[in-house]
Amino acid sequence: MGILEVKNVGKRFGGLQALGDVNLSVAENSVHAIIGPNGAGKSTLLNVLVGKLIPDTGSVMFDGQSVLGRKPFEINQMGISRVFQTPEIFGDLSVLENMMIPCFAKRDGSFTANAIINMMKDKEIVERAEQMLEEMNMADARDDNAATMSRGNKRRLEIGMCLAQEPRLLLLDEPTAGMARADTNNTIDLLKQIKEERDITISIIEHDMHVVFSLAERITVLAQGTPLVEDTPDNIKGHPKVREAYLGESQDAA
Amino acid sequence: MLGLNKKDTYLLLLVAGLVIFAPFLLNPFPEGSAMAQFNAGYPDLMQRFVIFGVFAIGFNILFGLTGYLSFGHAAFLGVGSYAAMWMFKLFGMNVLPALGLSILTSGLFAVLIGYISLRRSGIYFSILTLAFAMMSYSLAYSVLATDMDGPDRQGLLQKGLTGGETGLQLTLEDPRIFGQQTAGEGNIPVPNIFGLEMRSAVEMNVGDWVFTFSVGYYFAALVMLLSFYLSIRIFRSPFGMMLRAIKSNQHRLNYTGLNAKPYMLAAFVVSGMYAGLAGGLMASMDPLAGPERMFWTASGEVVLMTILGGVGTLIGPVLGAGAIKYMENILSKINSDILHTWFAFLPDGLEDFVITLIYPFIGKGWHLTLGLIFMAVVIFLPGGLVEGGQRIARLFKRKKPSTKTPDGKTTPAE
Repeated sequence: MGILEVKNVGKRFGGLQALGDVNLSVAENSVHAIIGPNGAGKSTLLNVLVGKLIPDTGSVMFDGQSVLGRKPFEINQMGISRVFQTPEIFGDLSVLENMMIPCFAKRDGSFTANAIINMMKDKEIVERAEQMLEEMNMADARDDNAATMSRGNKRRLEIGMCLAQEPRLLLLDEPTAGMARADTNNTIDLLKQIKEERDITISIIEHDMHVVFSLAERITVLAQGTPLVEDTPDNIKGHPKVREAYLGESQDAA
Repeated sequence: MLGLNKKDTYLLLLVAGLVIFAPFLLNPFPEGSAMAQFNAGYPDLMQRFVIFGVFAIGFNILFGLTGYLSFGHAAFLGVGSYAAMWMFKLFGMNVLPALGLSILTSGLFAVLIGYISLRRSGIYFSILTLAFAMMSYSLAYSVLATDMDGPDRQGLLQKGLTGGETGLQLTLEDPRIFGQQTAGEGNIPVPNIFGLEMRSAVEMNVGDWVFTFSVGYYFAALVMLLSFYLSIRIFRSPFGMMLRAIKSNQHRLNYTGLNAKPYMLAAFVVSGMYAGLAGGLMASMDPLAGPERMFWTASGEVVLMTILGGVGTLIGPVLGAGAIKYMENILSKINSDILHTWFAFLPDGLEDFVITLIYPFIGKGWHLTLGLIFMAVVIFLPGGLVEGGQRIARLFKRKKPSTKTPDGKTTPAE
């Protein structure tokens, strides 16, 4: 029994069957990658997991509880954090404030009316946020405006913000999309380090095979809305069905 | 001091200094001089400065922090005024309970309007709030102004809850169960605070200058300072940070386990209560409440004030409110006779020409001047008057060796 259990999930958009009959089990404290050609349904599946979409059929259980029908913030409070394809941070806020928000969310839940206390005097939160910045090697940027950072640093901050909530499952949606090779390698190292230091399950959706084979312990290949194979990276590499899915796609594209 | 950091304390003290010495600062020209009409240091106008300051400070909590542009905030202003008037009519002329009821009523009203309007964002939110405000206006203008007493009775509700077009007025028949029904000589009593009348004032003559200190102004100024202090606390609180996060990236906030809805609604209600307080203050200074206070132009005015002063800045809305009310009351009083006395030194033909050029922008044309200034500010100073001040401050600072730049606190208007 994995921490995340997806059973018979199907989702149709008009005439398009985006997800056919997806079954997926992510083991606790593993790194599980979901790969597949364009249009395979990776993003749809992710949006189902975080509550942005409600599937037509099937069930999604996280740690024994159903996530279906819950709002994104509720699912997040259950312990699932999401990193977006384009880094989503609070651009108008300072780096420290960016980090304080998940710390408040972790401590106080989805809403608190603390309108009078001075946030900088909330020692516990400021210390925790500073400690997280330290861990992400971003302490120097503490007072910078988050919007002015490089893409690689925004990604680093976003991952740090997710970790500040101490999630049990971290979902990454193409975390290295549009990055230079050096930034990609930095992100891989960061994720490896996170895995070593914490009890955390990481589920990653990725195009870049270099990233997938550097990180993943299990890989699920998705094609046309259904899982094709699920196996270890070594077995996936030479799998005939996987090659067919990717080559077939490139023929279609040509 | 008072839980504020150094910079905010200075700002609060600066504003406190400005409002305390306003009767001097706004009366720089001696009485009877040609420039005397630029004097704004009379109680009626100074009260308007601080009351609209309260209104704009509250509006800025919603618009400045969350970026949600309400186009119906005047509804709360009106509700606050009517609530205060009913307190005066039913219980007595002390302003404190009246303001209390103003805040409470407008708060409840804001819960209702906010709950529905906040289901949408962007332009749809603005339109919804505008619709609600205009519905409130028609309620006050006609629906709630019908005779609710019945034809054979001449009671309190003879002109309905709102009094319709003529507005809600005090009468000698009002019960005022905790206060005097009539003042001496059969007059209607005036709003007071524990006996100190709002309209009472002391005049001070220094040479040719006349300075007026009125109870009403200083009371309203005190309320404005408290409101300003509270808004600083809100801006610097975790709650304020969440509101800025909503403006910055609501998507991320939702995926960070935070529910944006109650934050938005709380901001909307706080902002509505500020507007209600401003409305209550208006009724306290001049005990009359009319439906035109809820008209959409009144809602638009506070948007202009906030943008002119600087959206999302602490002091901006106060400056914007002051600037607009100054122009409304001073520019509009200049007429062609006054222009003729100013330009009398020019040759006749040129004098007429200059006056013809200027004439459309003064008197009733003051809106033209306001429009031009507003356009100039939005185009050249998107951060409002506050950004203008910061640019000037930077010019002076550049001459010194210190490389410290002012904290980039302003957010551009949207």
